[in-house]
Amino acid sequence: MLEASELQALLTSLAVAGRAILWALPLAVLVAWRLSRPRTAGHFLLNALAHAPLVLPPVVVGYVLLLLFGIKGPLGGPLFRLLHVRLAFTGWGAALAAGVMAFPLMVRALRLSFEAIDPGLEVAARSLGARPLDRFFSIALPLAAPGVAAAAIVGFAACLGEFGAVITFAANIPGQTQTLPLAIYAALQAPGGDAMALRLSLISFGIAILALFASEALARRAQRLAGR
Amino acid sequence: MLEVEVKTRLGDFRLDARFQGAAGVTVLYGPSGAGKSSVLAAVAGALKPEAGRIALGDDVLFDSARGVDTPMERRRVGWVFQDARLFPHLSVDGNLRFGLKRAQSRGLAGPIRFDEVVEALGVGHLLHRRPRDLSGGERQRVGLGRALLSQPRLLLLDEPLASLDAARRAEILPFLERVRGFGVPIVYVTHSLAEAVRLGDRMAVMRNGAVVAEGPLAEVVSRPQLMLTGSHARDGAALEGVVQAHDHRLTLVRAGPWEIRAPRLDLELGAAVRLFVLARDVMLALEAPRRISARNVLPGKIAGLEAQDGRVLVRVVSDGAILLAALTPDAVDDLALKPGMAVWAVVKSVAVDGLGGGLLEALEG
Repeated sequence: MLEASELQALLTSLAVAGRAILWALPLAVLVAWRLSRPRTAGHFLLNALAHAPLVLPPVVVGYVLLLLFGIKGPLGGPLFRLLHVRLAFTGWGAALAAGVMAFPLMVRALRLSFEAIDPGLEVAARSLGARPLDRFFSIALPLAAPGVAAAAIVGFAACLGEFGAVITFAANIPGQTQTLPLAIYAALQAPGGDAMALRLSLISFGIAILALFASEALARRAQRLAGR
Repeated sequence: MLEVEVKTRLGDFRLDARFQGAAGVTVLYGPSGAGKSSVLAAVAGALKPEAGRIALGDDVLFDSARGVDTPMERRRVGWVFQDARLFPHLSVDGNLRFGLKRAQSRGLAGPIRFDEVVEALGVGHLLHRRPRDLSGGERQRVGLGRALLSQPRLLLLDEPLASLDAARRAEILPFLERVRGFGVPIVYVTHSLAEAVRLGDRMAVMRNGAVVAEGPLAEVVSRPQLMLTGSHARDGAALEGVVQAHDHRLTLVRAGPWEIRAPRLDLELGAAVRLFVLARDVMLALEAPRRISARNVLPGKIAGLEAQDGRVLVRVVSDGAILLAALTPDAVDDLALKPGMAVWAVVKSVAVDGLGGGLLEALEG
């Protein structure tokens, strides 16, 4: 039914998206929580940084990542010299690029669920002796849990489909960085690749629909949990 | 023991309140918008005043002059909210233990035990339920228990009955009395004089952001010029008493030097009780009347007279106990009532209100 190369593209996509969520989701949770709280210095900058990938051309994001994380870049250089970790043109690099692109989507979903929490509950927790970190783990995070799950699903689906930033930063290496959209692109470039492109597109479509259903269901659960 | 002085501006509203709390229940009484809840928030640490000082015994929680501002989570002040604010993702058990666990992990395990609180508030059968499955009254009880179990040095109750209907309120009142029994001083915010008279020991009256009167509750309640109910028709006096005897219809209560016969009260002998007598239900006589149906003829002295629209309020005292009598100016002239005169206050037993429904009706009419 699926050819080996198509299956490989699907598995690569899942691996890249999985790793992207692994690093990007916890960070997105922290940023969204911070943004949902009263404004402090740096609020605007944090907000702008978190949302930049949403408004920048993906190719630009990929290029910025190359500048920062290439083996001669200010971050990629030390990473390579000290830890022998190379990100550019690798699977983890693809996960970095995909995660950066999905980041604003996740932050937006998470921020909404943090903002939906009654601020009175946090006051109550404080009066009962809970310190800030304690309040995050005992009140904010559990109440936002369905939102976190929804953000993970939406982020995962977005990572599966990320094209511009991934191909710019991680190239199009079958088995490593060639995710579904990159494989579709490659298939369309090759003579007689139409059928393969169509099959891969249908797979992408199916995954996207599943993800949307799942995140809708979670959002409804979140509302029940919050007692609204 | 609790000293509060709070000065701050909230938009156009100026808060400049100063009062003291004592062991037992200190009622912070006043109409909506008087600033009671803001004072409570300042004591809890949720609102930082521009100036002032808040101290619990020797422990200064806030002092603008010395730059002291203990963070809310370290004040050990329990706060019970009008809307309960239970954590929706935790069971009743989890809610009750929330503050307890944190107090224990800080080595503050105090004398207030889980089992005792569960028992006193009657929430044992609710432990596995979620807050959304509780009635309003049950939520309030769990909120009370949660605050109490955090081992607070002070409990703040912000109109805990305001969101409930009359039947639920009557149901919760006995639980509030049991909470008193744990010995934690309480500041109780309310705009209901009935709740204040039923629960309070001390009272501070707030108007427009300021405390206009404070003192022992019975004494404050008996100051007619405060217009506590917003209507002179319900002016009256509160009497602190002890149940002395019951017969089949009446209960004998000793209040200071007076023995007062009230409609039968369901209380044990020796129980403390607070009575309330409306000023319009008190007659004055210059001689002890005989062969009279009224069961209470109480000797005292006139401490003061005060004319107020079309009538005169006469204050009768005896050894600290106070009654108010509302008379017509005619009657005052006829009897030539003057401060210092010996008089007999005549009160029908049925006009003496003990606890419960009658009082609520009389005051909230």
